Amino acid sequence: MTGLADASVLAPPVGDPIVAVAHVTLRFGGVTSLADVSLQQERGEVLAVIGPNGAGKTSLFNCLTGVYTPQEGTIEFRPEGKSAVSVVGRRPSRVNRLGIARTFQASRLFNALTAFENVRVGVESRLHTGPAGAMLLLPRTRRENRRSRDRSEELLAFVGLTDRADELASALPYGDQRKLEIARALATGPELLLLDEPAAGTNLAEKDALQDVIHRVNTEMGVSVLLIEHDMRLVMAAAHRVAVLNFGRLIAMGTPAVVQHDEAVIEAYLGRTDAGTAPEGGADEAAGPEEGT
Amino acid sequence: MSAGTTATASARARVLWRSPEARRLAAWVFGGLVLALMTGPSGSQAAPVAGFTGSLFHPRVLVFVALGVALWALSFVRARYGERVRETSVHLTRLPARLVRTRRARYGVYLVVLVFAVVYPPTLSGFWQEVLVDQIGVFVLLAIGLNVVVGYAGLLDLGYIAFYAIGAYSGAYWTGALPVHPPFHLNPFFVIPFAIAAAMVAGVILGAPTLRLRGDYLAIVTLGFGEIIQIAATNLQGVTGGAEGVTGVPHFSVHALGVHYAWTLSNLPYYYLLLGFVVLVLFGFRALEDSRVGRAFTAVREDEVAAEAVGINVLKYKVMAFAIGASTSGFAGLLEVSKIGFVTSQDFTVQLSILVLVLVIFGGMGSLPGAVAGAAFLQWVPQILRQHPLFGYQPQDLYIYLGALLVVMMIFRPEGMLPSRRRKRELALAEQGIGTADAMSGSADPAAGVAP
Ligand SMILES: Nc1ncnc2c1ncn2[C@@H]1O[C@H](COP(=O)(O)OP(=O)(O)OP(=O)(O)O)[C@@H](O)[C@H]1O
Ligand SMILES: [Mg+2]
Repeated sequence: MTGLADASVLAPPVGDPIVAVAHVTLRFGGVTSLADVSLQQERGEVLAVIGPNGAGKTSLFNCLTGVYTPQEGTIEFRPEGKSAVSVVGRRPSRVNRLGIARTFQASRLFNALTAFENVRVGVESRLHTGPAGAMLLLPRTRRENRRSRDRSEELLAFVGLTDRADELASALPYGDQRKLEIARALATGPELLLLDEPAAGTNLAEKDALQDVIHRVNTEMGVSVLLIEHDMRLVMAAAHRVAVLNFGRLIAMGTPAVVQHDEAVIEAYLGRTDAGTAPEGGADEAAGPEEGT
Repeated sequence: MSAGTTATASARARVLWRSPEARRLAAWVFGGLVLALMTGPSGSQAAPVAGFTGSLFHPRVLVFVALGVALWALSFVRARYGERVRETSVHLTRLPARLVRTRRARYGVYLVVLVFAVVYPPTLSGFWQEVLVDQIGVFVLLAIGLNVVVGYAGLLDLGYIAFYAIGAYSGAYWTGALPVHPPFHLNPFFVIPFAIAAAMVAGVILGAPTLRLRGDYLAIVTLGFGEIIQIAATNLQGVTGGAEGVTGVPHFSVHALGVHYAWTLSNLPYYYLLLGFVVLVLFGFRALEDSRVGRAFTAVREDEVAAEAVGINVLKYKVMAFAIGASTSGFAGLLEVSKIGFVTSQDFTVQLSILVLVLVIFGGMGSLPGAVAGAAFLQWVPQILRQHPLFGYQPQDLYIYLGALLVVMMIFRPEGMLPSRRRKRELALAEQGIGTADAMSGSADPAAGVAP
């Protein structure tokens, strides 16, 4: 993974946020998943979101993609060269069309479709053929078909799944499923890509491959990446900055090195919180943020 | 000693009774008895128990009990040897699939079927020609339309015939057959766009608000819509002619470019007209299936949350599928009404909606050849059986047998007669516990909507 070391050194341009979350609070009945969370991600940045189980990381993603509507706060997305738009209150497909794509913590591929078709669905969501054009096989339909086929092949090659194009999504090994989900998300041409624990459940070799994909998504495609990840080695290598959530609150934000030595973060991970309910740490996070050093 | 033996004997009897096989046998026999009752003669005021005695104390009950036992034996065999039976059946069904593996071979088969469909009907008797048009042709068209809704998009539409009714009444209206008169009268050919548009608009109006609902609510709303349309058609006698109906819907005719031809009540010309339309629609839907829109339908059916996440407006595609189905249904309604020349509200029953659904499920949801074959087969075989001295049945009992057939089908071949490739995969995956095979429960999973 050459070049990854530079990634953490090479700071992204500052002062041009791609997404700005301000005072977001999300409640489910008595449970507060996000409490007054404010954070900004710079354009071109890889920002990691870490935190113990149930800290609210996935909830934050769901707010950013229109799946959940927070009770309070604003979320603004600034597509390149356009004015800021609010994400809150838009349905997920609209948010995706603004330029935010995501993967899911537990893969949600279209299982009965092949790897190629999965990516193609993503590419085609940006094309224009309607039912009439499709049934009559108009020239534009053929043109678009060619285009979507080529683009899907490119994206499969990008994540290294060319050989597996015709296999069913569900038949792929776990690591390949994660890569396929990334390819499908990229197919919609996002400016911001949200990855929810892409390396969870993968082996070491697969983790390295994923790390490489994330790096190239960021540098070659110029896509900003918001990354939820428990694997600290991956976070340290891939992220420019790290945001730490605990019990729905943002408790730290900064470069990996700084966050790693933050008192509050260490406490959160070791479970020495004053709240009686210690976070139920899995093996991954019980090891704490020090793991990567 | 002997007390001990009886104790173990009764314990053994209890164990036997508890065994799932024994219970299943009892259930099948009970089902047979119920079926015997339902299909038997009914009582009257003078002889209130005649229904019971006529059904249960009559030799015909034996047929039903035997049927129950036979089905139990079948399921018993399945439990024991199911794996092997299944493998063999899969192997057998793969054989033809192997032979027509290439695209060219597949089109060869379609061509043979088409040639057969062109040259064979003239040799048939008048009765069978009528079956071919009114029972098979129209229902093939209905089935491939519903297939878009149920098979591609995974939406359960139980009011499908309402759109058929809308198409039929559009036909009657624009040709001037209804008590209310149109601004100008049209030849049925020119009514086609009007009928399709009317059904499509109705589909969008019904679909846009209701397709937000979870799958099972959609089924209830469409069921209600079907009823509303039929009852409205019955009660608005001054507009629709009500249950007595109206006559005088003209036949199709061509008067252009020196060609003058008018279809009549005779079946064969209508058959060819219908065949032409069905082939056109089949080409269209085949292209739709393998297009951006068709893949989006599949994505919506498979996982709505993921579909939204890749920018597919789930509601829009559901409404689209619903409207495409509705227009096909409306088109079929127009064709049929102009053929038989009259329209009555009594024709648009819920059973008819269910029947079309059965045709699609039987043929194989999401598969065009399946929908065609399913509709042709299920509409044709009952007609043969009805003529047969041994299997002759009461026409009103048809749905009981269709229901039973569907149950058996779901047990042994849930993917249908000629399943689509995607659906077959889905079922195989569901057996391994990945995803939901039930096209209609994909959206019914409440957790799917809130917790990705
Ligand atoms: N749809 C929901 N209904 C009720 N509570 C929810 C819902 N979604 C999330 N929560 C709650 O919000 C809190 C944060 O959950 P979230 O999934 O965001 O955590 P997370 O940081 O992603 O955890 P993990 O590392 O386990 O994925 C949890 O207490 C969870 O129970
Ligand atoms: Mg999570």
